[in-house]
Amino acid sequence: MADTVLTAWQRSPLADAAHRLAAVTRSSRGAIRLAELPFLAQVNVRLDAKGPAADAVGLALGLQLPLEANTVVHAGDVTAVWLGPDEWLVVGRPGTQGDLEGRIRSAAGDEPVSVTDVSAQRTTLLVAGPRARDLLAHGCSLDLHPRAFGPGRSAQTTLARTQVVLVARDEPRAGFWVLVRSSFAGYLADWLLDAAVEYR
Amino acid sequence: MLLIPCPWCGPRDEAEFHYGGQAHVPYPEDPAALTDEEWARYLFFRDNPKGPFAERWSHAAGCRKWFNAVRNTATNEILAVYKVGEPRPETLEPRPETLEPRPAIAQPRPEQPAGPALEAEARPAPSGGPGAEHPARLASQPHRLATGGRIDRDDRLTFTFDGTEYQGYRGDTLASALLANGVIQAATSIKLGRPRGIFSAGVEEPNAVIQIEEPFPEPMLPATTVELYDGLVASSLPGQGRLATEPDPARYDAVHAHCDVLVVGAGPAGLAAAAAAASGGARVIIADDQPEPGGSLLGTGEHLDWVEATRARLEAAPEVRVLRRTTVFGHYDDNHLLAVERRTNHLGAEAPANVSRERVWRIRARRVVLATGAHERSLAFGDNDRPGVMLASSARTYLRRYAVLPGRHAVVFTTNDSAYAAALDLAAAGVEIAAIVDTRPEPGEWAERARSAGIEVLAGHAVTGTRGTDRLTAVTVAPYGESVGQREFAVDLLLVSGGWNPVAHLFSQSGGKLRHDEALGAFVPDSCRQAVEVAGSANGAFDLAVTLAQGAAAGARAAEAEGYTAEAPALPAVAAQPHTPPMQVFTVPGDTDAPRFVDLQRDVTVDDLARATGAGLRSVEHTKRYTTAGTGGDQGRTAGVLASGVVAELLGVDISALGLPTFRPPYTPVSFAALAGRDRGALSDPVRTTALHTWHVEHGALFENVGQWKRPWYYPQDGEDMETAVLRECRAAREGVAFMDASTLGKIDVQGPDAALFLDRLYTNMMSTLKVGMIRYGVMCRLDGMVFDDGTVIRLDRDRFLVTTTTGNAATVLDWMEEWLQTEWPELRVHCTSVTEQWATVALVGPQSRTVLGSLAPELAVSNDDFPFMAWRETTVAGLDARVCRISFSGELAYEINVSPWDARTLWEALYEAGAAYGITPYGTETMHVLRAEKGYPIVGQDTDGTVTPQDLGMSWAVSKKKPDFIGKRSYGRADTVRPDRKHLVGLLTEDPAVFLPEGTHLVADGELPPPPVPMLGHVTSSYRSAALGRTFALALIKGGRDRIGERLYAPVGDRLVPVTVAGPVLYDPEGARRDG
Repeated sequence: MADTVLTAWQRSPLADAAHRLAAVTRSSRGAIRLAELPFLAQVNVRLDAKGPAADAVGLALGLQLPLEANTVVHAGDVTAVWLGPDEWLVVGRPGTQGDLEGRIRSAAGDEPVSVTDVSAQRTTLLVAGPRARDLLAHGCSLDLHPRAFGPGRSAQTTLARTQVVLVARDEPRAGFWVLVRSSFAGYLADWLLDAAVEYR
Repeated sequence: MLLIPCPWCGPRDEAEFHYGGQAHVPYPEDPAALTDEEWARYLFFRDNPKGPFAERWSHAAGCRKWFNAVRNTATNEILAVYKVGEPRPETLEPRPETLEPRPAIAQPRPEQPAGPALEAEARPAPSGGPGAEHPARLASQPHRLATGGRIDRDDRLTFTFDGTEYQGYRGDTLASALLANGVIQAATSIKLGRPRGIFSAGVEEPNAVIQIEEPFPEPMLPATTVELYDGLVASSLPGQGRLATEPDPARYDAVHAHCDVLVVGAGPAGLAAAAAAASGGARVIIADDQPEPGGSLLGTGEHLDWVEATRARLEAAPEVRVLRRTTVFGHYDDNHLLAVERRTNHLGAEAPANVSRERVWRIRARRVVLATGAHERSLAFGDNDRPGVMLASSARTYLRRYAVLPGRHAVVFTTNDSAYAAALDLAAAGVEIAAIVDTRPEPGEWAERARSAGIEVLAGHAVTGTRGTDRLTAVTVAPYGESVGQREFAVDLLLVSGGWNPVAHLFSQSGGKLRHDEALGAFVPDSCRQAVEVAGSANGAFDLAVTLAQGAAAGARAAEAEGYTAEAPALPAVAAQPHTPPMQVFTVPGDTDAPRFVDLQRDVTVDDLARATGAGLRSVEHTKRYTTAGTGGDQGRTAGVLASGVVAELLGVDISALGLPTFRPPYTPVSFAALAGRDRGALSDPVRTTALHTWHVEHGALFENVGQWKRPWYYPQDGEDMETAVLRECRAAREGVAFMDASTLGKIDVQGPDAALFLDRLYTNMMSTLKVGMIRYGVMCRLDGMVFDDGTVIRLDRDRFLVTTTTGNAATVLDWMEEWLQTEWPELRVHCTSVTEQWATVALVGPQSRTVLGSLAPELAVSNDDFPFMAWRETTVAGLDARVCRISFSGELAYEINVSPWDARTLWEALYEAGAAYGITPYGTETMHVLRAEKGYPIVGQDTDGTVTPQDLGMSWAVSKKKPDFIGKRSYGRADTVRPDRKHLVGLLTEDPAVFLPEGTHLVADGELPPPPVPMLGHVTSSYRSAALGRTFALALIKGGRDRIGERLYAPVGDRLVPVTVAGPVLYDPEGARRDG
């Protein structure tokens, strides 16, 4: 399919919640910042981590696909999230999914890789601020302490009653990315907004 | 909550995993070669051993990988995890039970009673006191001392109890404030209606269980645990409370926490443990149920400067969390502990609305130190339940912590040393101690101390009875075991100490075993599987110096085990105390019929237990259930060991042989509101919505829940009822054009060189022959041959398919695919990726659908020859990139248009506009169901129930005869699946076209019901009113149904037998003339 060109009429899953999310920064006096990062390019990659495609794809993306469980690797605008021993989520700037998919496919050549555009499958929530960790701890059973979940860490887990991909951003203050299935995004936004009531 | 170590992701909560049954049961190489019996054995039989068991798990909420685990089915311990394809590990030793470091067990020793310092403090204030020798009391609170205690005298609070207004102070409990006001009776008993008084000063309280009326009604709270606040309105209860009838406006929430060391209890042992554990930087949580740390020291008034210094140090440490007002109530697998923090209850009406009232802490601790203290226990003597009978240490707590004298004249009745300190302390504060009655013939050094303080000590004596109505007026004392030599003391307070029970609830819940310590006369912790240590009086160490040392050592060991260094914390110097061994006493014989209560909350007496043993019961679990002893809200905290002791006496066995009933969570009652937390109302379950949801809402759709999805059900216009709206929507789809949001269908991208082979094995029909650009309907069955999902398969490319699933089954189908790929067919080069939300799907249906589509898709050749049924095309629709499929779930000419969900609303509105000229009508799931049922298309889960084969549905055409094998194939040769009387899906027409058969209606053969049991032929699975047929119709599963077409059957509806005729399942357009427009 042709590259999706960003146009004014496109609506992200949390477009209607944008104002409510933004209001939390004010009501929490900066303790918590919530925002949707809409339309990020997301490409699901499946390949044999030990095969030649792994290096070739890494080269094409300008990064090494992370081999350690529950980690992420960044290079420029591209982030590769470990999802499983043979599965990654490559995240890039909005609109770059076609380019990413093409680069990965041509790098892999004849190797049996699976590449799937999943940009609309999930949307991304930014959860930041000094109390971001406390906010997530209301619904996430993982240990998010910087000793356990510092920069470069990621996890597929559950937050509240929905599955998420959780990514710790580079600096502790930059908070977390929470990638959530689009159909669950409204629920999760409502849940986060309700959890944030405590921090007024 | 087990912590299961995923071989890839590491330890995660059990809730992230799906269970997959026994491991190492491979799919037979050649199912066709198996006998029916062998195949049935593979299908239906699994091992069920006690002990280590190899089983399959999937990390469903994580990496989606299947793996094997060896779990001990008796203890739930995961002994090993290993990847699929690896052999089961050979030797699997269960975790060794760590023997608790046995303390140099010290006997119960009281703390040094008040010295001169206290007396100076407590001596009479210059004015206001009732007598010169006695400490001053407050006029408004006649039992309150003018000085002392840990209450805030600047913060005076007004509260109401049973309609009377009283004063108290910040820092009081409701119980201490009532006692300060001279009120001791706080309840009547549940069965006998006897007046009951405040009996203790903590969570063990069996009597003073009250109802809070305002600010928000709450039943059954021990007055000893309710912190006083201004405006509190409470009332006494006759043993039972009343639930609130209005919704609770407060917020409740939960939070997950992790630590290296969790210390439960902030008494001397807990504080010492936390201080030691935190000294090297370990992450420490210390939780205590009181508003301030200190534990028993708050009740004795000792070493409070050390408590304060330790608290300040802990609270200043960056990795330490001090949880006050927090009761750890459950200790589960893998050191998962639940606690409830009461955050704003004590603020009454001033509680901020945005702060949760109670919070459930879900704590995962690497190590746990239990420093939960001990509860004093009572003794079973005649009329031991009158208001004024109180545990000895509790009376001291009221004095020391709240500056309250629970009575003026007291007798102390004890079997051990600990009550002496209470007696001396209370005497110093002005309570006249008429006598200390000690069952021990030679009570030792403490008795001498009491005598030198001018208190009469009656050694080898016991209290045999009491008098009084609303309050104790006298106690009778006699030599222990005798009825002669009785003396009577006129007192308003009887302090009792029958010994101490270590609070071993959490230890026991964690899997720890208890043992009976003869010297202590108590059940103490023994060994435990988990990384748990017990310190202090919870461990039977009743001597303060030993308690502190045990706490510090346990805290240090825990931190060191996690790789931290630990320094010895500063501990207060504690003087050695004299000690005389306690005497084990449970019951005191009396010469009257006066009831001797064992469980005050449940009104269970020694006689009740005697009836139980007389009825032949020999286990405390049985006597507990027979008498209800220990089943009250207090869970027998004061009564449990006493009840066991009484039963042991009755049976003539030693209590160590009898044991205790099992401790189960929660340790103290926890409200359902707290457990529900924020998962209620709109957040009780996730609501999944499509990209078009707001349009549906704006256009008045009513919604149906399908799984967690909200799907438009129908769109009523101008006050239409459902029937009218659905008939209108159906008519539009059959006669003009209609459209529906079909985005909720599950979608799975299947890629790889072996994708076609994989789908051939998974579906009953052949998928590998499907051409690129074409679509095929497919049925998926379980190994037993029963239908479990259906949908379409789109071939995108030679090595790439897009599979759709039913809305509710998307995740299940993906799990199913992964299970087979990972566990049985790892050699297949295929990957499956969910793309359900990657696409929004709009079904465009009706004779005018081609025209409408054509007007929006100028590049698409829409004629039937160019774009035939079951083909798909990529094109632009309304200027949007789209994949258009010619699929019909209604029998009409129809398309499914797939676009990015970001563009869905644009597409939808373009269709609405372009179709306006043809009366385009949005329709919901109800219309979809009617349209498909008219065509006899089954809905998996509605017309099937896991016992239905494709052949039963009349879909033998979808079951390949050519494929060598596929999931379910072997089962179609089983005798059961070829029975002629299997239930078939057929149509059903009532004789009267207006009569509507409710779904679920049974079908019988005869027009008159024979005597029961009435043979049932089947049931109605779907039933609708049809605009196209102009009548009602139904689908039904009926025994041998296809052989009954044309037959008359009867459907019992209410008290009528409705005559119906069996028909073929396709009732509308059976020749399929409408499909191509």
